[in-house]
Amino acid sequence: MAYTILIRAMASGGTTTVETLVKHPMDSGFVKGKDGKIIPGHYIEVIEFAHNGNIILTGYWGPAISKNPFSKFSFKGGKLGDTISVSWVDNKGEHTSTSAKIM
Amino acid sequence: MISPESEPRPAFTPGRRYVLKAGAAGAAALLVAPAFAEAADSDIVKANPKDYPLQAFLQKTEQHTLADLYNKVPEESDKITLDAPEIAENGAVVPVNVSTELPSVTGIALLALDNPYTLACAYKLPAGTMSDISSRLKLAKTTKVIAIIESNGKLYSTSKLVKVTLGGCG
Amino acid sequence: MRVLFVVLGMLLIAPLVQAAPPSVAVEPAADLKAFRTNFRSQFPDLLLNGYVNGPYNFSKSERTQWNQIMEFPPYEFALQEGKELFETKFPDGKSYASCFPNGGIGIAQTYPKFDAISSKVATLGIALNECRDAHGMQPLNLTKGPPAAIETYMVHTSRGKPIDVTIPDDPRALAAYEAGKEYFYSRRGQLNFSCASCHVQAAGKRLRGDVLAPALGIAAIFPIYRSKWGDMGTLVRRFIGCNKKVNAQPVKADSARYRNLAYFLTYMSNGLPMAAPGARP
Repeated sequence: MAYTILIRAMASGGTTTVETLVKHPMDSGFVKGKDGKIIPGHYIEVIEFAHNGNIILTGYWGPAISKNPFSKFSFKGGKLGDTISVSWVDNKGEHTSTSAKIM
Repeated sequence: MISPESEPRPAFTPGRRYVLKAGAAGAAALLVAPAFAEAADSDIVKANPKDYPLQAFLQKTEQHTLADLYNKVPEESDKITLDAPEIAENGAVVPVNVSTELPSVTGIALLALDNPYTLACAYKLPAGTMSDISSRLKLAKTTKVIAIIESNGKLYSTSKLVKVTLGGCG
Repeated sequence: MRVLFVVLGMLLIAPLVQAAPPSVAVEPAADLKAFRTNFRSQFPDLLLNGYVNGPYNFSKSERTQWNQIMEFPPYEFALQEGKELFETKFPDGKSYASCFPNGGIGIAQTYPKFDAISSKVATLGIALNECRDAHGMQPLNLTKGPPAAIETYMVHTSRGKPIDVTIPDDPRALAAYEAGKEYFYSRRGQLNFSCASCHVQAAGKRLRGDVLAPALGIAAIFPIYRSKWGDMGTLVRRFIGCNKKVNAQPVKADSARYRNLAYFLTYMSNGLPMAAPGARP
């Protein structure tokens, strides 16, 4: 599956706000499929946000996070040309990372 | 362009800056990371599965969850704002925001007491990150949602009842 | 003698060729006016354009949650995927743009259209399939998946444009419109509800935990990302779901029933601004 990560970052007044939408089924393991069988749990466990290689937030997630999770948080600093990275690993060992520069 | 009088703030307003991949076109472009994104980029900090507090996510009470996660017991605080709806529009996508004026916040967690497992999520905040985080949670049914703040080494909490009703529309 | 036969013949077939006049004239424009008036008298404080926000006109709490979700809309992935799919060339080198006016950009608000050649109503989804067919490709699902993503992209290029469905002065088009209208107001299923039961008579009220959207404006937001589906869905996906919900037998997605219903329902929102793609619980 193509694991897209969408990031929006706004820098203003010395603070950068980061919003992300992460494509992931976040299956809880409690829901039955159309065939009546439980859909196995498949969810992001650890998500790491960094700014210029420095961690700005570490998230520990579980099955109670909604599908295609959204996060929003802010940190002091950040300017044009800086790098924001997002990296996650899920309970099946799948992982995705991406980074981009503030334009 | 006709805008509905009550249209919500549009997703892309001019003047915002976006984190964009070099070469992406237009103000409305968003970063797309294909599954095979740059592994060689040294600015990416990889998520480490070994950090995962697995035991905490298997607990079914507030007490056991917090014992596993922080090894502490919280005291209630009125300095935490837990923004969650009184009645969830849909239990699968409940927007929740936690913010606090408490100082030196190093951890934020959200618990849902009537979920199959109590812990919904936990965050570690380095210095410089604001204690204001938004998430979207799945709530199995009407439940007390508890926000936990770790500040100056101590644990604080506040809670809110979020009702989850049966939809009628199928 | 021959003349006598011809005259006799004409007298015999005359009653057959003389079409029975409709018992009631089909007047979509008058229906539209009445439809709006009905709602506006029910909700005098609600601005016409605000109807596209459906249930959120009636619940502050739900509106707040919706605004929070819309801060980063859940249909973003489909929007992006849809754009890529829309721009992907067919094996013969052409693409969807070649099948639509203005290359398919900013035209979604004119659908459904009555197709004079096929004598059927074509929704945007059906038009996409017809495009595929014209280029030697298989039709795709009309309810979800890649076609819903393509529609998501196309409607997004029409955001804010007034809905502009045409019902030509053609008896076939008028018949299709009328069939859609009749369906909308007819009760069905074990629960014996019509579309109007919920979306006209009970508009703005709650059905258990859900707030019912008025039928006016409801077509302006599709396709939608529905939290319940965790996925995008087209208008016809919802028609099928509603049928099932009242325990009525749904039919195939490309059936005349749903085409005609979409024709009527979208026309009833003519003039309202496209607010698609949408996000709903």
